[in-house]
Amino acid sequence: MRLVPRPDPVRDPVRFVDQRLGAGSLLRSTLRYVFPDHWSFMLGEIALYAFVMLVATGVFLSLNYVPSDETVTYTGSYAPLQGRTMGAQYESVLRIVFDLPAGNLLRQTHHWAANVFVVAIALHLARICLTGAFRRPRELNYLVGVTMLALALVEGFLGYSLIDDLLSGMGLAIAYSVAGSIPFVGGDLAILFWGGEYPGSSAIWPRMEILHVLLIPVAIGGLLTVHLVQVIRQHHTQFPGGPRGERAVVGTPLWAAYALRSIGLFLIVAGLLLLLGGLVQINPIWLWGPYETALSTNGAQPDWYLGWLIGALRLMPPLEVRFGDYVAVPNPFWGGALYPLVVFGILYLWPWIDKRRWGDRARHETLDRPRDNPRRTASFAALATWVFVILFAGSVDRFAFRTLISYEAQIWFLRGAAIAGPVVAYLVTRRLCEELRARERHPLRGWSGEVVRARDDGGWAAQPEEAPTDEAAGEAAPPR
Amino acid sequence: MSESRLRIALAWIGLRLLRRLRPRRRAQEPPAPRRAEPPDALARETPSTPRAELLVAALLLVGALAAAAFVVLYVVRPDTQLLGLCLGGALVICGIAAAFAGKRVVPQETASEPYEQLADERKVDDVGAIVREAGEGVSRRGMLAAAAGLAGATIGAAAVVPVASLGPAVGDRITATPWRRGRRLVDSEGRPLRPEQITEGTVVLAFPEAADRNTLDAPVMLLRFAPEELEMSAARRAAAPGGVIAYSRICTHASCAVSMYRHPLHPATAPEPALVCPCHFSTFDPRRGGAVLFGPAGRPLPQLPLQVNAAGELVAAGGFIGQVGPSYAGERETEA
Repeated sequence: MRLVPRPDPVRDPVRFVDQRLGAGSLLRSTLRYVFPDHWSFMLGEIALYAFVMLVATGVFLSLNYVPSDETVTYTGSYAPLQGRTMGAQYESVLRIVFDLPAGNLLRQTHHWAANVFVVAIALHLARICLTGAFRRPRELNYLVGVTMLALALVEGFLGYSLIDDLLSGMGLAIAYSVAGSIPFVGGDLAILFWGGEYPGSSAIWPRMEILHVLLIPVAIGGLLTVHLVQVIRQHHTQFPGGPRGERAVVGTPLWAAYALRSIGLFLIVAGLLLLLGGLVQINPIWLWGPYETALSTNGAQPDWYLGWLIGALRLMPPLEVRFGDYVAVPNPFWGGALYPLVVFGILYLWPWIDKRRWGDRARHETLDRPRDNPRRTASFAALATWVFVILFAGSVDRFAFRTLISYEAQIWFLRGAAIAGPVVAYLVTRRLCEELRARERHPLRGWSGEVVRARDDGGWAAQPEEAPTDEAAGEAAPPR
Repeated sequence: MSESRLRIALAWIGLRLLRRLRPRRRAQEPPAPRRAEPPDALARETPSTPRAELLVAALLLVGALAAAAFVVLYVVRPDTQLLGLCLGGALVICGIAAAFAGKRVVPQETASEPYEQLADERKVDDVGAIVREAGEGVSRRGMLAAAAGLAGATIGAAAVVPVASLGPAVGDRITATPWRRGRRLVDSEGRPLRPEQITEGTVVLAFPEAADRNTLDAPVMLLRFAPEELEMSAARRAAAPGGVIAYSRICTHASCAVSMYRHPLHPATAPEPALVCPCHFSTFDPRRGGAVLFGPAGRPLPQLPLQVNAAGELVAAGGFIGQVGPSYAGERETEA
């Protein structure tokens, strides 16, 4: 006879929690929560895991960073800069790179993770826009997502601006000029934030640090929580077909297969970021040296996700609005402020533009394939083309250097391309989608050729195609 | 003696490990406990094979070794590449193990869960009714709402106003430059510059003597042209003694340092000389008062009038012709 029940390593802790919080049914439904399977649903997950890595590496960096521009003389182990006077913030980053074990690994991993974070968000956004996942009931979550993208861009810019190396100083000078160019309020706004005329007072460093390590990460973290809670409440969308429809979501339950796969994805993302951070150099700040207003370098490029703003600033003709001696709109406003406002304005309004165009206010749980709605897909392709042609304009000086095609000629070409490119992209994409929809063939998958055999009389004859079975219709292998 | 004991111990440990590696016979396993609610699975299979389990264990073991190597290297030789390789490799290998286990070891299930009906018109009606109930017996609703709105707006304004203490008082922007009549131009080492040091085809960076260099209005560039090459007003040409001319270093577009100089080596085919900003390629003509040749800048580069003092050194003849640095929205521009 047993008086003491045999301990159960699973049920005992669950019982402990359940008796105190009544969490049993929540745990049960969480473990059975269903995730539909499609590779494109991983993009948001990758962004989430990149954010986790950003926080993990960022904590280490923030504990070693000094947000001060007090002049110090460098005495660390990097010989070329020894004896050079510089700001304490730049010196503290040099210390992280050269004098803390694993310091440069974590700094470079942080920088790589920031780049991957924005790539993943951008691709996730493209997936959402192309498949109609933003439609009712998910409009609010779409807005949360676009806001996180905007915050991520600002956060990334602040991150590499905190160092005060030559490149970051040039970026800050541009940011100052763009802020100062906003009509009516700009001049005062820039002076206010920088605490004086550029390069500003010492107060700018702790201000930027607080924004970068506290306010914006907390905002992103909060929105991330809202984003995920809404997803759980509404459930994932899914592609239609088979048992998948508007009534029920079909896929893999969280426990255990999906959990293991997702943990695997996290570890692979984290591991690849660390491999990049260790093996592929990024932003070698020790080569740029400290910033002074009188210095700048050729071939300066921002991180990729701000290239579209540099491109827009470069493409803009020298247009300023003045009334007599009163400067109403200085030039940096067009490319640096108005252009991103227009792009984000379109992104924010996307679900409502879509509703208006199709008069479709119904609830949708299943997704469209991009070809199912050629004009929506074409519109997004046009927007993406607009942004990426201009992003390319941000690096034409490098391209001119390699190809010896004159910089001016390329800028004139790209000014035209920024206007004509979206129209061409729209027309081509729409046609492509319509054709694909008409033929029901996947462009990258399956066999779509014909088999020819030598005839007895020496000619060639096409083999009559076998009627495709249901299963083989989409992904038929070439017959042998 | 002790060696043979060690061998026996090692053999024993090896045997135990081998026994662990052997898959447990499934017949001895107790049946999985039944659930109160039957599973909602559409399909379920158990794909696990001893080989798959062995592979996962082996991958995790390799991952553990790489992670341990990271710890050792951190202490012994903290080399960025090796550290990244070990920790990154450990995570990637363990990640592959987990993903593989998720596909080939644990039961594979396809389940279905109904989408929840979110909208409920009755609840919307209820909420509307509850909100409206608060107004029962209140006669002057408009007045109360207006008063509350006013209070809210003023408290909001009071909360926002302290933002102004972030910076200098609005409108206090410093427009003064360190350049005065007679102030000497010095190089980056602080030595006074003489006109003969400025040669054609080069740019010399100069600063005001005994002033803060790290501002937008301090740094200037010195260039030399044959005086007849300078196509500008008589007053401006007079401010370039012997063809030595000074321009602000800071781009009038977005405050970057204009650090590139295009000097034609084959005048017949090459474009004319130009000062170029590397940020957005605003291109200025140094022979025509810094006029914009190409790019986004909306204003010419300001010229600093120069003189040569009695000691034969370059000095400023006054402040800049034109506003230094980027244009600010709402500023009144001084006439060039």
